[in-house]
Amino acid sequence: MALDSQNIFLNIGLEIHIQLSTKTKAFSSAPVQYGNQANQNIRIVDVAIPGTLPIVNKEMMKQAIMFGKCVDAQVNQKITFARKHYFYPDLPKGYQITQDENPILVGGSINYELNGKTKQCMLHHAHLEEDAGKSLHGYKKGTSGIDLNRAGQPLLEIVTEPCLESIDDAIAFLKQLHSLVTYLGICDGNMQEGSFRCDVNISVKPSKDAPLGNRVEIKNMNSFKFIQRALQYEIERQVEQINDGQKVHQETRLYNEKKQSTESMRSKENANDYRYFSEPDIPTIWIDEQFIADAISRLPEIPEDRVARYEAAGMQPTDARIIAYQRPMADFADQLIDYGHEIKTIANWILGPISALANKAQIDFASLPISSNDIHDILTKLVNGALSSKMAKEVLEHIWNEQKSVDEIIEKYGLKQLDSEEEIAKIIQDILEKNPNQLAAYRSGKDKLFGYFVGQAMKATQGQANPGKLNKILKEMLSG
Amino acid sequence: MKVNTPIHEHSLTELSAAIKNKTLSSVEVTQHFLNRIHKHENLNAFLEVHEQQALKQAKWCDNNPESSKDKPLFGVPIAHKDIFCTIDGHTTCASKVLDKFQANYDATVVKKCAHAGMINLGKLNMDEFAMGSTNENSAYGPVANPWNHENCPGGSSGGSASAVSARLAPIATGSDTGGSIRQPASFTGITGIKPTYGRISRYGMIAFASSLDQAGPMTTSVSDAALMLNIMCGYDHNDTTTAQIAVPDFTKNLNNDIKGLTIGIPEEFFGDGLQEDCKLAVEKAIKTYQELGAIIKPIHLPNLSFAIPTYYLLAPIEAASNLARYDGIHYGYRHKDAESLESLYQLSREYGFGKEVKRRILIGTFASSTEYSAAYYKQALIAKKIITNDYKKAFTEVDAILTPTTTSTAFKLNNKDQSPSSLYLSDIYTVSVNLASLPALSIPVGFDHKNLPIGMQLISNRFNEQTILQLGHAYQRATQWHTMYPELYKG
Repeated sequence: MALDSQNIFLNIGLEIHIQLSTKTKAFSSAPVQYGNQANQNIRIVDVAIPGTLPIVNKEMMKQAIMFGKCVDAQVNQKITFARKHYFYPDLPKGYQITQDENPILVGGSINYELNGKTKQCMLHHAHLEEDAGKSLHGYKKGTSGIDLNRAGQPLLEIVTEPCLESIDDAIAFLKQLHSLVTYLGICDGNMQEGSFRCDVNISVKPSKDAPLGNRVEIKNMNSFKFIQRALQYEIERQVEQINDGQKVHQETRLYNEKKQSTESMRSKENANDYRYFSEPDIPTIWIDEQFIADAISRLPEIPEDRVARYEAAGMQPTDARIIAYQRPMADFADQLIDYGHEIKTIANWILGPISALANKAQIDFASLPISSNDIHDILTKLVNGALSSKMAKEVLEHIWNEQKSVDEIIEKYGLKQLDSEEEIAKIIQDILEKNPNQLAAYRSGKDKLFGYFVGQAMKATQGQANPGKLNKILKEMLSG
Repeated sequence: MKVNTPIHEHSLTELSAAIKNKTLSSVEVTQHFLNRIHKHENLNAFLEVHEQQALKQAKWCDNNPESSKDKPLFGVPIAHKDIFCTIDGHTTCASKVLDKFQANYDATVVKKCAHAGMINLGKLNMDEFAMGSTNENSAYGPVANPWNHENCPGGSSGGSASAVSARLAPIATGSDTGGSIRQPASFTGITGIKPTYGRISRYGMIAFASSLDQAGPMTTSVSDAALMLNIMCGYDHNDTTTAQIAVPDFTKNLNNDIKGLTIGIPEEFFGDGLQEDCKLAVEKAIKTYQELGAIIKPIHLPNLSFAIPTYYLLAPIEAASNLARYDGIHYGYRHKDAESLESLYQLSREYGFGKEVKRRILIGTFASSTEYSAAYYKQALIAKKIITNDYKKAFTEVDAILTPTTTSTAFKLNNKDQSPSSLYLSDIYTVSVNLASLPALSIPVGFDHKNLPIGMQLISNRFNEQTILQLGHAYQRATQWHTMYPELYKG
């Protein structure tokens, strides 16, 4: 039976390179900064001047440990570095310092949410390494330039088990990981600038129990959209090959953004021999309890703990996960929790109107033009009936745009809810007197006219009547 | 100070004292050595002489005598092997690939010597990237042995050895990966010590095999070597492989009695390959030690035969990696006919490197390839441990080990019969010391029938340089070999 891309089974494994948010490079004192003039952020170590030696950045190790703690990985007590050799102009030493036999983190897992279900992706390990520089092709006609600003920047390469079963799983997991590392402040998460890049390994098989197929690696993608498209293309390509009676070759491919397809980069036979061996310039490092404790002491509340806390307080699991993993959003939620508001209302407001405004303005919760105190005022007035929920949203929009206090906005736009039953009854009395025919028709059985009276009442109160009370009193008075 | 002794026959301590009490000026001393360097240019020991800079510094020393405080060798000249980066002049490692290369920093060793008040006379010839044992692998021509110009001075620190032996400099720095200080010291009749791995910073010393490379001084006496170790040793935050171990005053116990110290004589070092003259001279030295009250004890280092193959796998593997950076892209030699990136690499490395360097890059690349790494690299690491354990065991029984430094006296230059592998085999007495990270000293113990110097090696336990310095010094107090230098260079 021919396979099609719907009835096959996938094994997807990811290798994610995250640029750690250190002040200086992995093995030199050069500053880490994006967007500076070419070759401004370099020291002699980064240019591989003869005689220079790498000095391990302790902060990079701490950030890796912070991550490891959050994903329940084991922090290796003994870590070593290795050299990975290949020739490329943006790799001045002719080798990359990385970790091979004793990586800093082993194992661990990350939970992610897909279609309302919480799933888990197992991590194989995570290791520290240095980034390469950049080749600038055609920067002058017929020449290539080398920018070594990025050379030596610290990377944490997170390697998952090949346990993701669909493109959706892969993307959902990646988004979860992205939230986590930005939440922890160990990566700025800027994908366009290459702070979060991904290699994907994928193999297809005809049944769940079949052995893993030959894997194809797609290298170096820096957008969720590209990853999704590349996987889509790659699955179809591999299925087609199998259906044509061919074997899928183990190889490395590159995603071509313009053609939206993957292209062969090198086959297994032509793979580089990286000639790994242990880096003699860096002695074995023993990580002691104190070092780990120091790293952990800098951790904010772990997102998974936050999820649990929100769920226990009654928040929907899906909402809890979304909020908990976005640190500024979660901090905002916590402030509202501290004010004593109801957990579901908080989630609804954060994920509803506030997120809508933030998305529209393309800003995140760290830079909202409103404060949690504003929301506290609004919610308080909503609860005690001073504002209707419609009015509350209106107030929010006005504060957002004008940065005034809730009271000032209510004053300015006259957004006071008419809450007094006495006053409401008075207005209804007036309407009934002015519309005797409609009243008679209603009382003779034309129920539909109820809406007409509501409309009249709202018009008379300029929409400010408490809708619940209005309905109740109107019904009583209509029935006489 | 001895009266009427020529300047170049003074010890470092004497020179320093003379400059401090103004018996001699630093300019006088510096100029004296510069004159000798020029007079004996035909040795080809120097790649570059920093004449103006040296004289300027000497003058400054003479004008600022108050600055001599805490500077043990104020105004005393030194010359550096061209493996050490210096801001002044060029740093080439005797390779065409670094032709006219200017380092923009001083190696820690260079800095420490300058801090001690020393004046750099210039840069010394060597085997390209410190690979070789004849100094014939220099891209800038071979160096002659002052004792006989038809012989090589040894390698890779051949320029350093030749210069100190001919008294063109009172002291020179060297580096030793598999014997590159001790073998040339032996071939030229001088004193050379390779300290424990980690004693001296490698920062700014161009890497050959990082896990084995170690700098050291090459001098005319053990007491000068001890003084230089005081200056050169110590933890360096720029080199995390340096040991965070206190540096003793190496000159302090030099005169201690050696009575009762146990010297081990490993039978494996006195076998068939050893030249008869060398054997006799070393045996005579052993007798001298007996007379001085040391206990001589035959010992075994049963796995010595692993040393050469182990060394010639590990060193090339690290070298192939360390030399990957010389690719014609960022600095150094770039072949001008390159038409593509690939040909830029190929041509620059083909013409930039000499034959021996390329041979070792090929060996190292092969031995560390995924296919062969288990058979060669991993096995070599195991053998390294075995050799280290042999020494560890030996040092439970003896304080030091005494061996010949080399199997023969200095080789003839242009010896066409000498294959690379026969040269590799001649390193048999020195390489195991590097594999075990131990300190070892070579001092002169006589001459062969061709009047070429013979050297003896003293090895001690890790971070115990004091014992071999003490033994070496006791021997030099009892004998005169170290004071001898070729007639041609006297006066």
